[in-house]
Order: sequence, then structure tokens, then C-alpha cells
Amino acid sequence: MDLAYSPEEEEFRGRLREWLAKVLPSLPPKPSPDDWPGRRAYDLGWQRTLYDAGYADVHWDASPTMRLIFLEETEKAGAPYVGANFVGLLHAGPTIAAEGTAEQRARWLPPVLRGEEVWCQGFSEPDAGSDLAALRTRARRDGDEYVVTGSKIWTSHAEVADWCELLVRTDTSAPKHRGISWLALPMDAPGVTVRPLRTLAGSTEFAEVFLDEVRVPVANRVGEENDGWRVTMVTLSYERGTAFVGEVVACRRVLGEVAREARANGRWDDPVVRRRLGRLNAEFRALWRLTQWNVSESESSGGVPGVGGSVFKLRYSRVRQELYDVAADVLGPDALDLGRGWVLDRLSSLSYTIAAGTSEIQRNIVGERILGLPKG
Amino acid sequence: MRFQLTEDQRALRDGVRGLLARRFGREALWAAVDGGGLDRGLWRELGAAGFFALRLTEAEGGVGLGLPEAVLLFEEAGRVLLPGPLVATHLAAGTVPGAATGEAVVTAVGGGGLVEWLDEADVVVGGGSGAVAAGAVALRSVDPLTPLHRVSADVSSARPDDPFVLLTAAEQLGTAVRACELAVQHARTREQFGRPIGAFQAVKHLCAELLVRVEVARAAVYAAAVTGDPVDIAAARLLADEAAVRGARDCLQVHGGMGFTWEADVHLCLKRAWVRAERGGSITESEELLAEELLAGAG
Ligand SMILES: Cc1cc2nc3c(=O)[nH]c(=O)nc-3n(C[C@H](O)[C@H](O)[C@H](O)COP(=O)(O)OP(=O)(O)OC[C@H]3O[C@@H](n4cnc5c(N)ncnc54)[C@H](O)[C@@H]3O)c2cc1C
Repeated sequence: MDLAYSPEEEEFRGRLREWLAKVLPSLPPKPSPDDWPGRRAYDLGWQRTLYDAGYADVHWDASPTMRLIFLEETEKAGAPYVGANFVGLLHAGPTIAAEGTAEQRARWLPPVLRGEEVWCQGFSEPDAGSDLAALRTRARRDGDEYVVTGSKIWTSHAEVADWCELLVRTDTSAPKHRGISWLALPMDAPGVTVRPLRTLAGSTEFAEVFLDEVRVPVANRVGEENDGWRVTMVTLSYERGTAFVGEVVACRRVLGEVAREARANGRWDDPVVRRRLGRLNAEFRALWRLTQWNVSESESSGGVPGVGGSVFKLRYSRVRQELYDVAADVLGPDALDLGRGWVLDRLSSLSYTIAAGTSEIQRNIVGERILGLPKG
Repeated sequence: MRFQLTEDQRALRDGVRGLLARRFGREALWAAVDGGGLDRGLWRELGAAGFFALRLTEAEGGVGLGLPEAVLLFEEAGRVLLPGPLVATHLAAGTVPGAATGEAVVTAVGGGGLVEWLDEADVVVGGGSGAVAAGAVALRSVDPLTPLHRVSADVSSARPDDPFVLLTAAEQLGTAVRACELAVQHARTREQFGRPIGAFQAVKHLCAELLVRVEVARAAVYAAAVTGDPVDIAAARLLADEAAVRGARDCLQVHGGMGFTWEADVHLCLKRAWVRAERGGSITESEELLAEELLAGAG
């Protein structure tokens, strides 16, 4: 059991830190949250900068520990968040890397790394959220193409995406988990309509996607026909298992800022506030240790992150909400002003116990797949 | 970085787990509850197995291992609810004669001025044995396997030191694991409405949260053992206390009426967890330390 990094890893960290200190000051200002074209350009630009400096492949090719260091250092330095590249870099990309053919990897992975193409995730449907396998969007085979009809909902970044990891039903007579396939859908194909949805934070970060007789080449299917549920499990394990690593570092940074704000505005004198902040410090420290534990485990098993991601996500999503509640307590009446830092973050933290599988669903997974309890 | 148990650590843990399963299974636990008293034979066996001398150098007659290994042993001890002032005796090895080999039973003045197993102990650390014994008042301990005395305020002012707090947290982790195991086992076998109660989500979700608390506490306790950092130890302590206390409560809930009986093991987990939560010193102090660190870590 050790927490020391190898000389090679420390060297990587040092080099990265130096490079970040050099490039971050000259970065253009962040576009406003509702300026989608601006955000896309900004996020892709940052990815391109990483690519040119040789850091882009850290997500798939480097060791899990290198990746951990990368996320830790970029977050600590306040580098831009993956943003619109979230799906491409953190779960569609790794899925294609693990399950795609050589041609598929060559077609889709480099543009993600170079910051040229954005992906979104078309899993959920209006009547298939938690019960994802109940999805009804259909793909009928017609020669070398699938003809896809249906609709998706809550699709993050759909407005600016080039590709969508799309789950479709390719066999309507099979049991629901068996008739699903995983396709790469080009978002500019005829018949795709995106209608933005407004979130409770006022922004339009996700959308409804309507698919009307959209033709998708059979060659865009990742994995076998009707074997898409298995591929989906790979995607979800990345989404739950490793996608939040950098955020824990960011939360620790915010926690320090909240403590300093409390000292500046006098809330620090309230022992209840101090104790809550102290407890959150314990929580985020432990979540970071759990992250290091999970990363070391995946390093030795060499595989896809396991169901342990559900354990992490359950605690993290709750504690993240507590962090912003304490921040609001520290801000007092200012917490009602959307112009204040943390207030938008407080709103968006509400999605963490829902998106990527609700807490209830994660508890089912932990109960059934880790503890071996019977299905309900 | 390889934040996983090494082969040697795994072997050590499995070894002590085997020893405890043989020597302190459920029957022995209940014999202890009914019979009272500390099993000196078992104490010496633990000594012979290196439980107390683990961190002494080989030159001193020890095993030459560190806090991470000690934490694994104390987790196992906590898992079987092994009674006795284990942490105090372990920490006294090398300074109190006989402690390392398990010949001597050593207790210490803990948080809140409480002393465990005073009547059975050969030596009391902190405050001077004479002074402690003279002013000590016996309590009717809530935990049938931890006799308690309270000592006067001036003897009890010292804060428990870090290894004491960390090894106590490791015991708490073990007890949290036990509570989780008991809950899951019961949820799998007890049937109501024609099916195992673990199929009901309300029960399943209690069990899932038990595991989440265990895993978060485990990461914190193991990391604190590796770094030895006081702030890490404070964090580990808070999470391990929570995992053990909340875990035992939820486990009791999963057991229904059975959980409220003397015969079920659950209350033993809960009561021991309560005793240890006091032993680690004031929770407020740990929280304040962690809060202060947020300002100190400003940068
Ligand atoms: C910010 C945000 C971004 C998202 N981005 C995407 C995206 O990019 N792509 C995508 O495909 N999806 C996305 N989603 C959708 C997300 O995955 C779903 O919202 C989520 O899986 C829940 O499904 P649902 O909304 O249909 O809720 P429902 O499934 O209707 O659940 C409603 C409530 O019932 C509970 N519930 C449901 N089933 C059970 C059960 N079996 N046991 C116990 N409780 C149950 C849930 O836990 C929840 O509390 C996003 C969601 C959010 C909030």
C-alpha cells in the first residue's frame, strides 16, 4: 500500500505543471454559459492546445495513474474543464477504444483527441430513463444502412455535437436487454432534429433529439448487432467510474475558497459552519483516497472500471450537493443572487444524484451486483 | 503509486483473520459476553502472533512492520469484536515490559477521561496508575465487553495521540464491515411476503449505504496509515466512527425485532462502536482541526 508516485510519474507531473503555468495565463476568456458556439470553440480549442503539447492521449493511452495526475494537476491549476468534450473523451471514446474495430478507432478517436469533433450521448428516452433497456427508438435494417426512428431526451451538448453514441432497438421481438445495438450517429444526417431544453439553471445544456427515418451506415455499429447492452455497460462503467475524478479535485479547491470566504465575512465564527466545513474536508479527502484506490485497482486489473464506480458516485453526488449548501449558508442572502459564484454551481449540483444513473439505481447496483442481494 | 494491499499485507491480514476465526468465533464472543473477564490465554496468543510487537524492530524483538500493517490487524480485531485494551497494549509494546508478548495487559486513559478494563489491566498509561486507580469510579458500561471507569478531570485532560486514534478508527472500520456482513446475510435469508427481504428496495438500499460507508472509511483509514498525517487521521476517524455507528444502527433496522434482542450480535457492534467513538476524543476537535486545515492549505 503506498501513495508515492514513481520518479517517472513525478517527472510527468512537474512537466505538466510547468506547461500549465505557461499556457493558462494567455487563454482567452471563457464564453458565457449560453453561448453554445462560443463554448464549443473554447472547449475544442483547449483540447487542441493539449493535443499540440502532447497531452491529449492521456485519457486512453496513458496509464490510469498518469491520467489521475493529469486530472489532478489541470484541476488544481484551474485549467478549462472538458466541457463539450465530456462524452467524447470520457466515455464514448473509451468505449470505441475498447470495443470498436481498427477502422472505427482510426475514424473516430483522433478527431476527438485533436479537438475537431464533439460527441453526445443518446441513451435516455422520454419513457426509458432509469429503465434504459426499455428504449424504443427503432433501427430497421435496409441493405448497408439502418433506418432509425424515435426520440431521445436530456441529451447533453446535442446542439453542438457532431456525433451521438446512440442506443437503438434492432430486434423488437427479443427480450428487452437483447435487442439493443450501439451506433455512432452523425448529428448532421437528414432527419435529425434537435430541440433545446431549458434546465432549472436557465441554460440549455441538454436537448431533445428527434430521429425521423435517419439513415446510418451499418459500419457505424460498435459491437455486434443486438449486443449493444453489453457495450452500454462498458460506456456506463466509464461514465460512473472515472469521469468524476477531476471534479473531486475541483471540489476540494472550492471547499478551500468557501472556508476563506467564511473567514472574510465572519461566518467562520459560527462553530456550526466550521464543523460542517471540517466534515466536508474529511469527505473530500476520503473521496480522493477512494479515487486513488480505484485507480490503483484498475491499474492492476488492466480493465474497464468495475461497479465500484457506483459506490463512489453515490457518496460523491451527495457530498457535492452538501458542499454547495454549505457555500450558500456562508453566502447568506447572497446565495439568492445568480450573479454570485457558487450559486449556479449549487443549482447544477442538483443533477448529480440523477444524471449518469440516479442514486436509487446505483443503490440497486451496489445491492445486487456487489452484495449479491436478490433482484426486486 | 500502488494504493492496494501488497501480497505480504494480504497474507498478514488473512493470517490474523484465520487466527481470530479459530480463537474468537461467534461462540467465544458469546462466552465472553456471558462469562466476562479478559482471556489472558488469548492475549498471550495474540502476543506470540506478533499482534502487539508488530511495529517494534526485529532487534527489539518485534516484527518490524508499520502502521499500515497494524491497521489491517486492528480492522480484523474490530470485525470479530475482539474485547480488551488492544490499542493501548499495542502502543505500550517496547515501553511497558510484557506488553509486546501479551504477558501484560495495558490500558490507557482515553478520551473523556474513560479507562477501559481498569480492573484487569496490569498497567495504566497516562496519569499514573496510582492516581488513576485511586480516583476511578466504575460505570455500568453500555458495552458488556468493555468495562469502564471514569477518572478525575485533571488526569483525563490529555488528548489521545494520533496512533491511538488511527488504530481505534481501524477497529471501527472492522466493526462496520461486520455490521455490513450481518445485514447482508440477514437480508438474503430472512423471508417476508414470500421472498427474501433483501429483494425489497428499502432494505437493499440500507445495505448498499452500509457498504458505501465502509468503502469510504476504508480508503480514509488506509491512506492515513500510509501518510501518518494528523489531518488524514482526523478524517479517517470521523468517517470510521460514522461507518461503525450508523452501520450498526442500519444493521439493527434490517434485523427487525430480532435486532432488538440480546441474542443478536448487532447490539454488540453498536455498543462497541459507541465506546470507541468516545475513545478517539471529541469529534468537535477533529472537525475543527479539519476546518483549520482548509485555511492553512490556502494557496
Ligand atoms: C443534467 C443531466 C444531463 C443528462 N445528460 C444525459 C445525456 O447526455 N444523455 C442521456 O442519454 N441521458 C442524459 N441524462 C438523463 C439521465 O441519465 C436520466 O435523467 C436518469 O437516468 C434518470 O432517468 P429519468 O430522468 O427518466 O428518471 P426516472 O427513471 O423517471 O426516475 C424518476 C425517479 O424514480 C426513481 N426510480 C426510477 N426507477 C427506479 C427503480 N427501479 N427503483 C427505485 N427508484 C427508481 C429514480 O431514482 C428517480 O428518483 C441527463 C440527465 C441530467 C439531469
